[in-house]
Amino acid sequence: MPETREITTASGLAVPPCAAPRPVDPAALGRPGDYPFTRGVYPTMYRGRLWTKRQDAGFGDAEESNRRYRYLLEQGQTGLSVAFDLPTQIGYDSDHAMAQGEVGRVGVAIDSLEDMARLLDGLPLDRVSISMTINATAATLLALTVAVAEARGIATSALSGTLQNDILKEYAARGTYIYPPGPSMRLCTDVIAWCSEHAPRWNPISISGYHMREAGCTAVQEVAFTLADGIAYVDAALGRGLPVDSFAPRLSFFFNAQMDVLEEVAKYRAARRMWARIMRDRFGAKDPRSMMLRFHVQTAGSALTAQQVDNNVVRVALQALAAVLGGCQSLHTNAKDEALALPTEESVRVALRTQQIIAHESGVALSADPLAGSFYVEELTDRIEAEAEALVARIDSLGGAVDAIAHGVVQREIQESAYRTQREIEAHERLVVGVNAYQAEEEPPSDILRIDPALERRQIERVRDVRARRDGPAAAAALSALEKAAADPAANLMPFVLDAVRALATVGEIADALRRVFGEYTAPSPF
Amino acid sequence: MSAISRPIRVLIAKPGLDGHDRGALVVARALRDAGMEVIYTGLRQSPAQIAQAAVQEDVDVVGLSSLSGAHRTLFPAVVEALRAAGAPEVLVIGGGVIPAEDIPALRSAGIAAVFTPGTPTAEIVAFLSGEVGAKR
Repeated sequence: MPETREITTASGLAVPPCAAPRPVDPAALGRPGDYPFTRGVYPTMYRGRLWTKRQDAGFGDAEESNRRYRYLLEQGQTGLSVAFDLPTQIGYDSDHAMAQGEVGRVGVAIDSLEDMARLLDGLPLDRVSISMTINATAATLLALTVAVAEARGIATSALSGTLQNDILKEYAARGTYIYPPGPSMRLCTDVIAWCSEHAPRWNPISISGYHMREAGCTAVQEVAFTLADGIAYVDAALGRGLPVDSFAPRLSFFFNAQMDVLEEVAKYRAARRMWARIMRDRFGAKDPRSMMLRFHVQTAGSALTAQQVDNNVVRVALQALAAVLGGCQSLHTNAKDEALALPTEESVRVALRTQQIIAHESGVALSADPLAGSFYVEELTDRIEAEAEALVARIDSLGGAVDAIAHGVVQREIQESAYRTQREIEAHERLVVGVNAYQAEEEPPSDILRIDPALERRQIERVRDVRARRDGPAAAAALSALEKAAADPAANLMPFVLDAVRALATVGEIADALRRVFGEYTAPSPF
Repeated sequence: MSAISRPIRVLIAKPGLDGHDRGALVVARALRDAGMEVIYTGLRQSPAQIAQAAVQEDVDVVGLSSLSGAHRTLFPAVVEALRAAGAPEVLVIGGGVIPAEDIPALRSAGIAAVFTPGTPTAEIVAFLSGEVGAKR
């Protein structure tokens, strides 16, 4: 590295050759477990309880995914995380024309209560927490979980888990929206309100920066856009008349872990401090739990390379280390082969073992916030906080996250950052081992996971069979009651969705009932 | 002569339900910076919609992106749809999370090239300039 060139972090923050000593402001740091939670949300952090090892999984049909969950629990995983296929996420049944080729691909295909019962078969729903990557159809998937538990005699109040239910970032980055932002925010808030009353151990939303970071934004943008979305959800719930401390303790967050280890640690610390201030000063929260930013981390899929895939094991270990040094509450480590396909059982095991090695061998989990007081980490924490605060203020001035996204401002920022990164890689200003440096001739790996092409056909037969067998008039009545309720903005839709799934109405039919009232969203062209 | 001086026109499309558009948008931008005319369809396009847009926009190239694993169904379906729409001459390329062992089947289904993660955008520019130039 030439000593004269300006060196920056992965996100473009200037890096001093050697950080200058700086005074520690005790009020800005606090102790772990105390406001502003810079050093972590619990007093003893991982001594009290290690983070939850939660590998996201789901592919093919319900039986196949259920087998993978049982395998992961046997291997020492401590929480489940369900990935759904795109038709389930976007509210199309498996036999819809738009579902062609997508059934069971990026997650498990769920069409009806019968699929959900197979998916959760034999899993201890009252003891293992379940996280679900589901957004536009989150209410339906929560209702399906509640209905399966009910049938097994498990009370809704005993269920613990997390629903992603963060629709705003779908418009900004991930793309699985269905309805326009207004009605989508209403659905999301219905879930938050319903959970605060019926499912007190359930996190009704996981406010996610992960996907915006994957789409190319910087660490500062990840913090700012995520907290701006959080502010929009709190505003929406307050607008519904919910007292802030009745729901805010259950808000949870989801961040990325990219390659710049110390920048990532600083990012988590800055985000915790900012959220604590926002909740206390902006929203007047009194309960300290409302001010705690509890978060899940997934290592960066976009940092994995298709070249020399074994190197990805090292990348994931570094990213996971950053997440633990940064005080995450749960962690998903990617498998080395995910730049090629869904991971195999073997590669997922190595990813899980990576977490276990960090937890039990590395020593980094023994003392809370071990990097606190490092001149460099504290400087980065302050800088990320200052820049992210300025960006949140800019989003506020545009009318908040909903308006900023509606005008494409957030999307443009993300795309600019993504393009800058690509140019830096092509100009060799940013080296990626195996991609633009240290390349090697290699044979492509052949042991990748394959989805049986017959699965789509089987799933189509299954959903048609359910529609033929069920009590048709009962399903139709539940769907029309849901449609009627959707037209009344004062109604909470959760009870109606629950009735519909109990009557074996399908995920696609429920989405269609809401499409008839809410309409569908079309993204403005980015060009 | 005028046909040669016309900039290469490219339709970048996201077939199916996949919402990951980072790659599609970066490639679109790089092709535009290289002097090509680029149209982006946005998300969730059916093969028929993509073919229709390609014909309406009179493009030389259709670039498809999918990260969901649906490429084996959807990429060949776009080639078929272009034939059905009377535009078999349009060059079709693809990219995304695509295992190497799927590439021969895509090639024989009429996908001229598949660019996987890590490909420099300059390589795609060079490929398109060569192929479209040769066709003209």
